[in-house]
Amino acid sequence: MSDPVAPPAPGRSRRVSDRWLAVGFISPAMLLLLSMSVFPLLWALYLSFTDYSATRGGPARWIGFGNYTAVLTSSQVHQRALTTLIYVVGAVALQTVLGFTIAYLISRRTHGRGLLTTLFLVPMMLSPVVVGLFWRFMLDAQFGVVNSMLGSLGLGQVEWLTQRRTALLSLVVVDTWQWTPFIMLIALAGLTAVPKYLYEAASIDRASEWFRFRTITLPLVWPLLLIAVLFRAIEAFRLFDLVYILTSGGPGVSTETLSFHVYKVAFLGFNTGTASAYGILMVLVVIILTQLYLRYLNKLKED
Amino acid sequence: MAVSVDDAVSAGPVRDHTPPARRFGGRGRAVLEVALLTVLAVVMLFPVLWMVETSIKENRDVYAIPAKFFDFKVTVDHFKDVFVSSSGGRSGLSVSFLNSVVVAGVSTVLATVLGVPAAWAYSRFALKAKKDQLFFILSTRFMPPVVVVIPIFLMYRQVGLIDTQLGLILIYTAFNVPFTIWMMKGFVDEVPAEYEDAAMLDGYTRLQAFWKFTLPLLVPGIAATAVFALIFSWNEFVFAIFLTSSDDVRTAPPAIAGLIGGTTVDWGLVAASSVVFAVPVLVFAYLVRRHLVAGVTLGAVRR
Repeated sequence: MSDPVAPPAPGRSRRVSDRWLAVGFISPAMLLLLSMSVFPLLWALYLSFTDYSATRGGPARWIGFGNYTAVLTSSQVHQRALTTLIYVVGAVALQTVLGFTIAYLISRRTHGRGLLTTLFLVPMMLSPVVVGLFWRFMLDAQFGVVNSMLGSLGLGQVEWLTQRRTALLSLVVVDTWQWTPFIMLIALAGLTAVPKYLYEAASIDRASEWFRFRTITLPLVWPLLLIAVLFRAIEAFRLFDLVYILTSGGPGVSTETLSFHVYKVAFLGFNTGTASAYGILMVLVVIILTQLYLRYLNKLKED
Repeated sequence: MAVSVDDAVSAGPVRDHTPPARRFGGRGRAVLEVALLTVLAVVMLFPVLWMVETSIKENRDVYAIPAKFFDFKVTVDHFKDVFVSSSGGRSGLSVSFLNSVVVAGVSTVLATVLGVPAAWAYSRFALKAKKDQLFFILSTRFMPPVVVVIPIFLMYRQVGLIDTQLGLILIYTAFNVPFTIWMMKGFVDEVPAEYEDAAMLDGYTRLQAFWKFTLPLLVPGIAATAVFALIFSWNEFVFAIFLTSSDDVRTAPPAIAGLIGGTTVDWGLVAASSVVFAVPVLVFAYLVRRHLVAGVTLGAVRR
């Protein structure tokens, strides 16, 4: 074991004690993670090959890949996957465009940047429960303030949460409202880190605004922005609470994401085995996305 | 260095001022940008303002059609209802707020106690497959909660942790340890290892050097990290709703969400409890605003 920070001629005993210190300091945290994250997932992996049901009890019968083929071939699951895809792509794209725009506009201001940034960040800090409940109130078809404003503009009333298309749209809008600040915050970090001399050089060369944006700003901010986008994509894919509060998957199943469907299979249908297989498949997707995220993160750190 | 709101305030404009004789005319363009920024700020902040307004409106005005923006009667009844039940005793909501304080507080302390030493060990020692270990730790944090909660639910049912505060505290600790390790590793990396080496040349052991010299320097970082962990646990909903059910164990998010269960919804009460719930988070977030970028990316992005 080589210790980069050890004094020039460390004794053997010190090296050994360092090793034990490291083990002693890391293992409690690792043990907790192993017992609360890894062990449950391994259990779910085992259950996913059985027909176990949490309510029926009784011994779990091994049924091989039965649950997996059932989940992967189910048209219900395909529909939920499509809903999730629309939601993730729609919401993340919208918040990226909006968040970057806000960050860009803020970065061009000289005064009041701190205050502006702080104000814009408020939605992100709220609990999804508060956000979901409150938008449910604002989007209410009868006394919601959104319809009230549409009415005073002379526009028709919209049943935001009780019609198939608008319900999914509402979900995208609410998620965008809450998480645009996230993209804004990261983009702003990137934008403020762009060295000023690059712009000065470009300005001497009489480069156009758009040229400067395309050749200086975007390439320098892009790596960081990509990380923010991937992070948001993972979070949006896992999303459960906002759906639960805002629409409960309805009307019909039009806003049921994969997360919400897993919940229904597990806790309303009590098909624990099937739900476990379903969950393991979702975990696989998350692992792939996380690997991508970590790879970009690593690249960013090395540059 | 983490780019922070404060840096954004003190730093000058990113770009130099556009010369006045430009195509667009610098002034007109600046006005346009400020106008756009104002519109975006109003849109982003309106729901928050509406929530605060609803919480102090009399019931008649809450349901007014068209919505009343200014001329409403002010009342604090909703806030009274949050804390005092109709029969005069403590309300169910206030009990849930207390539960939230206990669960979030204890899990944050535990995550800090477990996470900080681990972060220090990861920062100081060359360990086998260190990068892989760190990536593994972070990826446990990305698991979809709905999936993890299925085996956790079964596990807790076996050992009698369902519907207990201890159960929630354990899962929240496990959920915050990866964040604490990543976030704290960044702070430890900023403290030169030479301080410890110097102390060790003076005859202190490595452990004493950590305890007496490094740890005091880490206190501000620990405080910021703990505040984020506190916010995450405070806002958490998915584990809370699946693992607890009785009123004296339930934390605030499921309790507030439970307010919309009935046929009629007291939106004034929902708004008031949301405000009470959100204010501490906003205050805490303001305190750690310098570390927001690192905090919201789970310690992954630091600049």
